[in-house]
Amino acid sequence: MTDWWNLLARTAAVLGAFLVLPLLVGQTEHKAMAHMQSRVGPMYAGGFHGWAQLIADGVKFVQKEDVVPAAADAAVFRLAPAVALVPYLVVLAVIPLSPHVAAAWLDPSLFFALAVMSVGVVGSLMAGWASANKFSLLGGLRVAAQLLAYELPLVLCAVSAAMAAGSISLADIAAAWNPWWLLWQLPGMVVFFIAGLAELHRPPFDMPVADAEIIFGPYTEYTGIRFALFLLAEYAGIVVLAALTAVLFLGGWHGPWPDQLGWLWTLAKAGACAFVVIWVRVAFPRLREDQLQRLAWVWLVPVALLQLCVTTAGVLLT
Amino acid sequence: MRAFGSGLLTGLKVTLRAMTRRAVTAHYPDSLPELPPRSRGVIALMEENCTVCMLCARECPSWCIYIDSHKETAPAASPGGRERSHNMLDRFAIDFSLCMYCSICIEACPFDALYWTPEFEYSEYDIRDLVHEKDRLQEWMWTVPPPPAPDPSAEPPKEVVVAERAAAALRSDSQTAPPTPVSDSSVSDSPAGEERQ
Repeated sequence: MTDWWNLLARTAAVLGAFLVLPLLVGQTEHKAMAHMQSRVGPMYAGGFHGWAQLIADGVKFVQKEDVVPAAADAAVFRLAPAVALVPYLVVLAVIPLSPHVAAAWLDPSLFFALAVMSVGVVGSLMAGWASANKFSLLGGLRVAAQLLAYELPLVLCAVSAAMAAGSISLADIAAAWNPWWLLWQLPGMVVFFIAGLAELHRPPFDMPVADAEIIFGPYTEYTGIRFALFLLAEYAGIVVLAALTAVLFLGGWHGPWPDQLGWLWTLAKAGACAFVVIWVRVAFPRLREDQLQRLAWVWLVPVALLQLCVTTAGVLLT
Repeated sequence: MRAFGSGLLTGLKVTLRAMTRRAVTAHYPDSLPELPPRSRGVIALMEENCTVCMLCARECPSWCIYIDSHKETAPAASPGGRERSHNMLDRFAIDFSLCMYCSICIEACPFDALYWTPEFEYSEYDIRDLVHEKDRLQEWMWTVPPPPAPDPSAEPPKEVVVAERAAAALRSDSQTAPPTPVSDSSVSDSPAGEERQ
């Protein structure tokens, strides 16, 4: 009986984090981006500096009509937002906040996280194909191309961290971390972060949704709550990417008083990573499709391989 | 040649610096903007100054000023004198849906009956309601700000020169003769009451 209560509590905690953290990131993006552009951002919703803006947006999305195009493959079209969203929810469960705090303990959790994260992209592909819209299809194909190009460096860098720690459990990797990793694994961290950004289609890697070229890519035909789910998936993706970067390369709970404040350190590091995601979005313009592929194959993959060699040498020599 | 990535770093630096500074947003409905005194917000009418000369209505490029008037005859001031007729303003309206804020009517008015005021909150739901009659235009007179002070080394305004000359003449008169009432047409330095019939 206690097992069931335990499971229920853990599930509720993950669901809570899944509903709160992306909104927190979204609100931070609203305000940080506004101030970076010398604006003030939302000011009215909720009274104090527009804190409830995203809740208001959600209410608006729910009220909107749910339109399925006549030519669309209705079943796939309806399913796509769920396929895009659920993987991030699942990944969130295996990310440890401290040596004792995680929703689900899994030995190959890094492997699990990377495998499940890639499934999210299938949702965008389904959306692109099922919409029966040429812009959606173009966007969907761009998503596929982007996934092919950036999954490789992402996985290679994660492997580098796993090799350095000698484990594919996220908790063990974070436990094996020491400050030297910041220097030793720096190229790996940078490549992991950039590749992660590209997998989430975040600017400057948002060619799949490039609004000046293909309207909104795979999500062109979506309205209402399904569209909101895609947006939520994007922000949940930011949370997952920031948390993975924090746990793999920034040492998770390492910091003063790791036993008491460990979870706070992990959250703070993930928050800093999420801020960088927003910052990069404001600062840099969108890459062109060919520049995107070139960046991945000419720079990121070689750097990731080099990092792998360095890690191998480091592990063998020490 | 610039170092690799310096452009990327500059982009990050600029955005971060902008974030630490105060936003330039004007919080309009919450706080009213401070507009300069000569802002072309809306045209106010000082009805007392208007002589129905129709110059403004004729100069207006968009024909947005409507003026109606009738003549009244005043009895002779002295026995055996001639009766004087003058214009009475019945209607003065500006159609702000046509007005293009060119300021020509204000320049054209020889009697300082028209003024700019920075007041701008007079939008309407119906375009036909943008024709504002003289009572509304008169209300806006209260929002006309005082003119900005002239530059320290600028010539004094014409009215001041005239008034000072008159005052000097009065002073030299009072040294020789007891003060006499002077007609206010030359002394007044206010826009009102000048050169009226």
